[in-house]
Amino acid sequence: MSFFCGKYPIIERKTLAKGIYSMVADAPELADEAQPGQFANIGVAGFTLRRPISICEIDKENGTLRFVFEVRGKGTAELSRYVEGESLDILGPLGNGFRIPEGKKIIVVGGGIGTPPLLEIARRTSSLCTAILGFRDYSRIILKDEFEEYCSKTVICTDDGSVGVHGVVTTPLAEELKTGEYALVCACGPEPMLKAVIKTCEEHGVACQVSLEQRMGCGVGACVVCSCMTVRNGQEFYSRVCKDGPVFNAEEVKFGG
Amino acid sequence: MVDLSVRIAGVEFPNPVIAASGTYGNGECYTDLYPLSKLGGVSCKGMTIEPKLGNPPPRIAETYSGILNSVGLQNIGVHGFIEYYLPTLKEEGNVIIANVAGATIDDYIAAAEALDASDIDMIELNISCPNVKQGGASWGVSCEGAAAVMSAVRRATKKPLIVKLTPNVTDITSIAKAVEAEGADCISLINTLLGMRIDINSRRPILKNNMGGMSGPAVFPVAVRMVWQCFNAVKIPIIGMGGISTWEDAIEMMLAGATAIQMGTAIFTDPYAPLKVIEGIEEYMDKNGIKSLSEIVGQVKPW
Repeated sequence: MSFFCGKYPIIERKTLAKGIYSMVADAPELADEAQPGQFANIGVAGFTLRRPISICEIDKENGTLRFVFEVRGKGTAELSRYVEGESLDILGPLGNGFRIPEGKKIIVVGGGIGTPPLLEIARRTSSLCTAILGFRDYSRIILKDEFEEYCSKTVICTDDGSVGVHGVVTTPLAEELKTGEYALVCACGPEPMLKAVIKTCEEHGVACQVSLEQRMGCGVGACVVCSCMTVRNGQEFYSRVCKDGPVFNAEEVKFGG
Repeated sequence: MVDLSVRIAGVEFPNPVIAASGTYGNGECYTDLYPLSKLGGVSCKGMTIEPKLGNPPPRIAETYSGILNSVGLQNIGVHGFIEYYLPTLKEEGNVIIANVAGATIDDYIAAAEALDASDIDMIELNISCPNVKQGGASWGVSCEGAAAVMSAVRRATKKPLIVKLTPNVTDITSIAKAVEAEGADCISLINTLLGMRIDINSRRPILKNNMGGMSGPAVFPVAVRMVWQCFNAVKIPIIGMGGISTWEDAIEMMLAGATAIQMGTAIFTDPYAPLKVIEGIEEYMDKNGIKSLSEIVGQVKPW
C-alpha cells in the first residue's frame, strides 16, 4: 500500500444533511490503492493542519474517491465551501482499513458521521452485509438509500424514535448476532457506541473491528500525536490512530487510556 | 551551478534543509512521496535511554498559523532506535541526527555512550522538550543545567554535538554561551514555545497535558530574533528552526545567522515543503549570484 499527495479535482459535491457534505474527487491512483476504512488527510487553505476524513466510497473503474464529512469547526467549514471544479489537496489513502473475510456474513454498525467509512464495505460485500445505523434524529440520517441498495438488510435507529428503531444500535445488533450467522462486526461511531458494540460482540463471541478517531497531525505516523491506548500480549502501549489504525481489532483497544 | 552544501562540525550536508525532530518519525514515514536522500539530513524522533510511553491524548491542538503538541517523548528507546531504524536511515538518508532527551544526566550519558558506538552522524541534545515534567526543558532553562548536561555528554562521546535550545527563557544567549563553553559543536533553535488552548464549552484544555509546545509559521519571527541574538553571541554554527515553511523563510533564517535550517510543522501542512524550500534556495542563489550559502549566513544588515 502506498499513498500520494496532490490536488485532485472535485467532480461532485452534495449536501446530505445540515452540515454534512459529500464530495467526489477524481483521483485514479488513490482509488487504485484505497481500501475500505482508510482515510485521507485533506489540506484546507489557510490552516496549518490537514483534516482527516474517512473514505466513503472507492470507484476504481472511474478512478474516484468519495468523502463524506461533517462541519465540526472552522477548517471543515472552509472545506465544505469547496465546489465542483476546485481541487481537494489530498494526502492519502492512509492507515489500515477493515479486514473483511471473504464469503462470510458481516454486520456494519455506524453511528452518525461514523457511517460513511462503512459504505464501501457494504458495497463490496453486498448481500452478505447487514447494516445497523444509528442517528440522533430523522434530520441527521445520511446514506440510508445507499446502504439499503447494497445490503441484504438495513436497520435504522434514532435516539428520538423519529425513524426506525427507537434507541441504540446494540438492541438490533444483539438480535442479529443471536442468529449465529455472522463472522464479523465492523463499527465506526462515537466512543460510547463503540464500547457498547464491543461488549455486545463479546457477549455473542463475534469478532469486532472498530475505527477510531483522534486529533491528528501528520496522518502518516511521523508525529505520534493521534495516540490511542492499546493492549497486546498483556502490555499496554500507545498506538498511532493514523498509521497503526484507524481500524483496530476490538480486543486491542483500551478506551479512556 | 550553485553549491547547496553546508558543513557543520566537519559533517557535510548536501543541502541545508533538515527535517526537525518529532515531525519526521525516524525517516520512514514519507518515503512513499520522495526518498529520504532529498533532504540534507533528518533529526530523528526524540529518544531516551529507556522506551517512553508519552503523554495521554489529545496531544495536538491547532492555533492561528501553528499548532501545540504534547507528545511527551514517546519513543522506543535508544537501543531500539539503533537496532530497528538506524541501518535503514544510514542507507537511505544523508546526515542522520539522533535527538536525545533525558530525565537525569546519567540518562544523557547512557544514551550518548550507546550512540557513540553506533553509525549515527551527529547527536542533538534535547534540553528543551516542554512536554515532560522530569528533564527536557528543566535542563535547558538555566545556564548551570545546560552546561552540566553538555559537559557530561561531551566526555561520553566524540560524535559532533548539537544542543537544541528552548525559547522559554529570559535570555537565550546566556544558555548558548554556556553550552559553547562546554564544547558544544553547534546549537539548534528554537524548540517549541510553551502554550495552551482551552475548549470554551467544556472549559477543559484541549491538550490532556494542559500545556504544550507551540510551533508553526506563527513562531517564525521569534525564532529569527533568537537565532540572530545567538549568532551575535557565539562562534559555533547555528541550525535555525521555528516556523519555517517557505524558501523565503529559510533565506531569512540564514541571513539572521543560521548555517542550516530545520523544518517541522510545515511538513504536516505540505509534505513536499522541504523539497520546495531546497528548490527555492537554489533559484535564489542562482538569481543572486551566490555560489555558497556561507556567503549569506548572518549577513543581515541591522539598523
